[in-house]
Amino acid sequence: MSLLDYFRISKVGTASVAKERLQILVAHERSSKNQPSYLPQLQKELLAVIQKYVSVDQDAISVSFEQDDDQETLELNIVLPDHK
Amino acid sequence: MARIIVVTSGKGGVGKTTTSAAIAMGLAKRGHKTAVIDFDVGLRNLDLIMGCERRVVYDFVNVINEEATLNQALIRDKNCNLLYILPASQTRDKDALSQEGVGRVLDELKKDFKYIVCDSPAGIEKGAHLAMYFADDAFVVTNPEVSSVRDSDRMLGLLASKSRRAEQNEEPINEFLLLTRYSPDRVKLGEMLSVDDVQDILSLHLLGVIPESKSVLNASNSGTPVILDEKSDAGQAYADIVARYLGEDRPHRFIEDKKGFFRKLFGG
Repeated sequence: MSLLDYFRISKVGTASVAKERLQILVAHERSSKNQPSYLPQLQKELLAVIQKYVSVDQDAISVSFEQDDDQETLELNIVLPDHK
Repeated sequence: MARIIVVTSGKGGVGKTTTSAAIAMGLAKRGHKTAVIDFDVGLRNLDLIMGCERRVVYDFVNVINEEATLNQALIRDKNCNLLYILPASQTRDKDALSQEGVGRVLDELKKDFKYIVCDSPAGIEKGAHLAMYFADDAFVVTNPEVSSVRDSDRMLGLLASKSRRAEQNEEPINEFLLLTRYSPDRVKLGEMLSVDDVQDILSLHLLGVIPESKSVLNASNSGTPVILDEKSDAGQAYADIVARYLGEDRPHRFIEDKKGFFRKLFGG
């Protein structure tokens, strides 16, 4: 590392990285906190039903919940296996 | 009307017990009869920070189990006769505290005390839950460091949803931010989250900033709350915090780096 590099690194602190990481993380954790508590169970049961008919992976199904000012959306996404 | 203050953080080692001892002493010194309770059952340490570890006979769990009266368990502080300490038990039974029992002890304390300071254990387990459950005001102690800020945010979520006030649809707990172990010179270099950074993330009312200070270790070494070290920066910062909590308007003195050029050069 040259002397010049040393000065360059010391100019840019790590605090801004910390802030950015925290803002993303905290926003994510706050939004998942507002999700209904039945969501994981719902996802598990849906998967069990689908697996009865189609052979899908554990992660083939995703359930997400979004909340706007006046409406709540429950989004269900199932990825079916390719035909071989 | 008595007020219950919880000193909480989620993360350990950020200064909850130091803060509990300092603000309880500060409130008592200002003429308010104050009790400070250690909720860290199994790992009590408030007695050590307050310098009364050799005077503990009965503890919080004894009072809850009605093996001792409140007056038998409360220890009067040696420096201030308006301050009383209720030590935690050293039992390893983690179910020693019950919501009903804690509520009963707090109700009894409320008859006689103006302020009841609850020193929460780290984590979000039962002890931490019960320390904040009955609170009117919460002092959220945070270090300018990523894991501490994240845990504080988590704690704020719990204060808003799992407290008595939340459950009974009363007015929410008043939440205040206390930023501890702050180094203005490191903030200036961009190496540490600033007060504004932390407030941007947590959006809390700032009650005060405690600078990183040698006086905190000196105080705990000798078992005297750091607020009694009136010449120290940390002691003065806690005195300001108590004054602000009591409604006084005090400028923030420890956010900016005040050290002169030569002291910076030679350390100190």
